[in-house]
Amino acid sequence: MAQGELQIHKTPDGTLQVALSGEWKLANSLPSPDLVRNEIEASPRISRVSFETGNLTGWDSGLLSFLVKVVGQCSGCDVPMDREGLPSGVNRLLDLATAVPERKGARRGTERAPFLARIGESAVSFWHSVLEMLTFIGETCVAFVRLFTGKSRFRGSDLMLVIQECSAEALPIVSLISLLVGLILAFVGAIQLKLFGAQIFVADLVGIGMTRAMGAIMTGIIMSGRTGASFAATIGTMQVNEEIDALQTTGVSPIDFLVLPRMIALCIIMPLLTVYADFMGIMGGLIVGVFGLDLNIVEYYNETKKAVSLTNFWIGIFSGFVYGILIAISGCMRGMQCGRSASAVGDATTSAVVTGIVSIVVATAIITVICNILGI
Amino acid sequence: MNTPEAHIIVRDLTMAYGSYVLQRDLTFTVNRGDVFIIMGGSGCGKSTLMRHLCGLKAPAKGQVFYGSMNFWEAEPDERDRMMRRLGIMYQSGALWSSLTLVENIALPIELYTSLNAGQIREIASLKLALVGLAGFEDYYPSEISGGMKKRAGIARAMALDPEILFFDEPSAGLDPVSARLLDDLILELSESLGTTVVVVTHELSSIFAIGNNSVFIDATEKTMIATGHPRRLLEECGHPTVRNFLTRGEARAELKPGETPVPCFLA
Repeated sequence: MAQGELQIHKTPDGTLQVALSGEWKLANSLPSPDLVRNEIEASPRISRVSFETGNLTGWDSGLLSFLVKVVGQCSGCDVPMDREGLPSGVNRLLDLATAVPERKGARRGTERAPFLARIGESAVSFWHSVLEMLTFIGETCVAFVRLFTGKSRFRGSDLMLVIQECSAEALPIVSLISLLVGLILAFVGAIQLKLFGAQIFVADLVGIGMTRAMGAIMTGIIMSGRTGASFAATIGTMQVNEEIDALQTTGVSPIDFLVLPRMIALCIIMPLLTVYADFMGIMGGLIVGVFGLDLNIVEYYNETKKAVSLTNFWIGIFSGFVYGILIAISGCMRGMQCGRSASAVGDATTSAVVTGIVSIVVATAIITVICNILGI
Repeated sequence: MNTPEAHIIVRDLTMAYGSYVLQRDLTFTVNRGDVFIIMGGSGCGKSTLMRHLCGLKAPAKGQVFYGSMNFWEAEPDERDRMMRRLGIMYQSGALWSSLTLVENIALPIELYTSLNAGQIREIASLKLALVGLAGFEDYYPSEISGGMKKRAGIARAMALDPEILFFDEPSAGLDPVSARLLDDLILELSESLGTTVVVVTHELSSIFAIGNNSVFIDATEKTMIATGHPRRLLEECGHPTVRNFLTRGEARAELKPGETPVPCFLA
């Protein structure tokens, strides 16, 4: 098919005749409207522009956008434009496009704010988000007080549903990840310990490493990606659907109804999952010990039992509990703060996972330092 | 006919998002038993005005009175009690997606009455039957059509036999016949229960079919430019924006140069 082509003739009476031929469609590469302007600017004698479209075989918005630019150029150069030669459909669309003048002030400014202003704005918005987080935590605490005084309402079936979603359904991935983490710890440790012929201490390394920190951290990160994200997406979608508004106007506090069951579920489930992850991690270490380091199963078991004290174990469980609270807070909070659009739900989910993981790592650091100071 | 009793009084209300003022100086009265229409072009703040009236967003300035109670300056407990007497149907229905239809309606009843589960279910089923959804008790909101969601939304709004029912764009997204049926339902409910009804809409056929009082808010003037019975506004209001709105632009009303538009507040 012939591409869109442009031929420009000048007639002696000062008319610039623009002949359009071929297929003027967006998919083809079209001539630039600047050709017409150059002609107009080159010869000041031109008194009008006219069009000839006898050989035009087809057109779409490509032709239209070309013509809109030509119209702009002609009126810029004060040359009248004769649109009679154009197809009537094109003429009507051109009228439509130029019918409503651009609204003043509607166009968004493109200039960027100065550097310092942008720093200031980010700082202010960071401060606002800190305040929002504190408000949310405060509201949740108040909701817990209401719960203990028997004034708060949520449905027991909701709690059971959340517990099911974040416990049994999370087991496979928690098993896999913690088994592999145990394996990795054992391999990395074994390389060094073998140098001293002290392979048996792999059991100590894996046992203490898993129970004291890694079991809880890995569970926390998995749950943050899995459950925290799902909390944010669920609550965010409810926000988009006005379901949260409907709760509020019915007199049900969304915190009581949505946040409490999720938080309670995670507080119960995270310590349990942590214990499970500890166990799976030790199993991973055992596999490496038995098959890679030629250790005896009973030997490995006894060494683990000797090394892992109950204190290590409790620290892990306590960390798991704290991570549960953090995941629930970040997931629910981002969901409640969600805007009213589909992309806002995506942002809320992303931000819930990021907040969850960052706060888990920070909490781990704080717990470790405190344990160090207490000497446990 | 009795003299009308003011049910909702809005006084000098200014709505703003941050420093952006959406509407200012709104002053109007909704009488008991009225079907009151809040109308205006898209994006003029109709839904936001409803959020101010039903307790979801505090006004930047001005007051909302329910009878003699100053709604936004009252104690939070008192405001909660008032909110319980309002029923709201949201634009999309806003049914709680994790609950079945009957549970959606039962939830507010469970919260504020001491009935047993059987009685609550009975009442909830009755409300569903009133909006023509008998038999759909155990469906989830995702399993029913948009029109049915709106009906279920009405049933939930009526759960606690409210004094005032709010409707946000009841006919948006419905085919003409369903929209008409919904209008009839709203009218039927307001007449048989004596409920005051506030409808946010820009649907002309609904406005004329059900409204007996209205306020027109305008995005360019940022305030209200007409109040009164919609049919009387159609006949008497000279403001070009209102005329064009009420006639779907067929009036082609325009201002002569130098003329200022006159707001039209019919008693």
